[in-house]
Amino acid sequence: MPATVAVTTLLQEKFPQVTPRASLDLEAVNVPPADVIAVLKALRDDHGFDMLVDLTAIDWAEGVSPRFTVVYHVFSTTHHGYIRVAANCANDELPAMPTAVGLWAGANWHEREAYDMFGIKFDGHPDLRRILMWDEYPHFPLRKEFPLAGIETPLPDPDVVAETGAKAIAAPMMGGPFVAATGEINLTEAEPRAKDESWSEVREKPKA
Amino acid sequence: MATEFSFPDAAAKSATAEFETEKMSLSMGPSHPSTHGVLRLQMELDGEVVTKCDPVLGYLHRGDEKIAENMTYNQFVPYTDRLDYLAPLANNMAYAIAVEKLAKLEVPARCQAIRVLTAEMARISAHLLGLGAFGIDTGAWTVFMYSFTEREKLYKLFEELTGARFTTSYSRIGGLQRDVPEGWTGRVNAFCDQFLPILEEILGMLTRNKIFMDRTVGVGAISKADAIAYGLTGPNLRGSGVPLDLRKDKPYSGYDQYEFDVPIGTKGDSYDRYLVRGEEMRQSVRIIRQVIAKFPCGPWYATDAKKIFAPPKAKILTSMEELIQNFMLVTEGPQMPAGEVYFEAENPKGALGFFVVSKGGGVPWRLKIRAPSFCNLSILPKVCVGNMVSDVVSILGSLDFVMGECDR
Amino acid sequence: MVTPNAELAYNSKIEGEVVVSRLDSVVNWVRTNSMWPMPMGLACCAIELMGTASARFDIARFGAEVMRFSPRQSDCMIVAGTVTYKMASAVRRIYDQMAEPKWVIAMGACASSGGMYRSYATLQGVDRIIPVDVYVSGCPPRPEALLDALMKLQGKVRRERSATQLFSA
Ligand code: SF4
Repeated sequence: MPATVAVTTLLQEKFPQVTPRASLDLEAVNVPPADVIAVLKALRDDHGFDMLVDLTAIDWAEGVSPRFTVVYHVFSTTHHGYIRVAANCANDELPAMPTAVGLWAGANWHEREAYDMFGIKFDGHPDLRRILMWDEYPHFPLRKEFPLAGIETPLPDPDVVAETGAKAIAAPMMGGPFVAATGEINLTEAEPRAKDESWSEVREKPKA
Repeated sequence: MATEFSFPDAAAKSATAEFETEKMSLSMGPSHPSTHGVLRLQMELDGEVVTKCDPVLGYLHRGDEKIAENMTYNQFVPYTDRLDYLAPLANNMAYAIAVEKLAKLEVPARCQAIRVLTAEMARISAHLLGLGAFGIDTGAWTVFMYSFTEREKLYKLFEELTGARFTTSYSRIGGLQRDVPEGWTGRVNAFCDQFLPILEEILGMLTRNKIFMDRTVGVGAISKADAIAYGLTGPNLRGSGVPLDLRKDKPYSGYDQYEFDVPIGTKGDSYDRYLVRGEEMRQSVRIIRQVIAKFPCGPWYATDAKKIFAPPKAKILTSMEELIQNFMLVTEGPQMPAGEVYFEAENPKGALGFFVVSKGGGVPWRLKIRAPSFCNLSILPKVCVGNMVSDVVSILGSLDFVMGECDR
Repeated sequence: MVTPNAELAYNSKIEGEVVVSRLDSVVNWVRTNSMWPMPMGLACCAIELMGTASARFDIARFGAEVMRFSPRQSDCMIVAGTVTYKMASAVRRIYDQMAEPKWVIAMGACASSGGMYRSYATLQGVDRIIPVDVYVSGCPPRPEALLDALMKLQGKVRRERSATQLFSA
């Protein structure tokens, strides 16, 4: 697509640090975290990408560096093009990224969600609270080391807890889902199994 | 956040100036008849006027994205039903197309046509429910009863096609669960024939209804600029006068072959959003008729995608090659290349996007769901301020959201 | 209460304007036929709940059409949908606000057991926080299944020793 190739080149004229990013569909660019707001602003004001449709993050697993990537999908309501902008968080332990709320008011909730799920701090965000989990929840569920079943956690309302004794417990994973491992097939390793082993409410989860 | 408080009119302003009032905080939801699910609004009121509105989400956060990382692409299809559970067929289609983009797979024309057909039927059923619920919010119970009767007819058709009333799980990566049954398209046509007059009757109960107009005209107006800044999509964006419809502007699944109009509003208030939805149902009927008129023959799944779509059952039981193929597919999932794709489809609620990050293999590394309701609701803190509490109810009804996809 | 034996049937000449019955059965008769639900519509199942309430399936035939969103006016909570941990305390609180006697129907796989959502955010069955009388399977259950659950619940209420409990309390 000639029209979209131009955007990266045009961007590179102004921001030489922008590099193209591997992608299977849309045009995509890698941007250093410090410039991400400037690049997004240029995209919005000079290239007609006026709508932020999605903002999310990817966790590349513990031990990988850079570990967290924030991904923006920007769309144009006039020429109907998409572009993907990705920025790696500099710090793997305390990931942070400048906020895009100043550019798009709609970024507010997306950033709160990314904070809630991955623990990425958006510097300058007006109201960075959890949005999907409750405020006191101590974990970041979409990080790769967090188990699908969850981790035992007290519930937020003390009076309800006192009455019912309920707490957030790890969900029983007996019976599935059975999945193969990600990546290249290696039949011995990739043999499908329930990710959290076979355990139920009666039988304790085996210690790893 | 832009939440400056402005009085709706001069009378309210002077009334407030006369009596010093203390701000009151009101929590609406998570179980409230007009929040359509489990949305909670934490509001601050001055008398009856909302001065601050803070939506609290997450009461239906079920962890869909984490679940997706733990299962194969096909296993996740049933979860897409339960995102926007008013239009599961449209979600199925959006998800399947996103993953097919990852696999660089083109499905045959018949498959595309069936998907368009079902997605448009889903659009009608979703808008009908939205209309019925909006009717209840503004005090019209009959609309709900009428629209549900029509929905039941649609459900009957869905059930015949997929085996379930609304948790359909109809799409597969590279195809569909099954072909349409004999004579089914004729019954869809018959439904359309009897539906149009009833739709006029349903809309006629609201469109010029004095009570309904008093509660919606001029209420919750969203400007074009705001709608774009908050990432609104679907009828809510078009209600504000932005002629953006991905079916027209980024055609997928063969939408470019069909003729239809994209209705837009002028003022962006609740009433405009209602009008847009009403017209969209008529246009959907138009699309359905065109699809059926030129319903393509041929295969209904990608026959050459051996590593992605399961072979026919009869072959699995008789031929070794197909048995192995099926075994690999079920155990390891459809094999995908590594890479990233993002695809948005025009769903009844707006643009439903899937961002798939793959490292190869049959399981996604990360699957982000861009939920239209989530973005549509993010404008609430801005649009509710300055309105009466009862107007908030009508604004919520007109934004027509689903918490299932909002919280995921 | 009504027996086919004509001899034993109500005869106003003999008994005047009086019906003799067990207090239990009278109280239960009243309760079973005006069971006002508290629709705890949480997720997809709520759509089938609405379907049950609307014209085609018409839950009014069983005296349960009065959906009350105020817990204080309702007798039977229909938990329709996935209960997340965040929502759990609200569900419990609403249950606590309902006046006795009260019953609970767990509608759908999610409410009964967590269903297909075995994840960190979902309560694995609403019976962990409130007592459940009837579980309905299905994802979602068909409206007929919900009506059947309602009838089962009515059958259960009919067997209760309500009056005895009232007086012994
Ligand atoms: S049981 Fe199924 S239909 Fe019902 S709430 Fe759960 S997922 Fe939705």
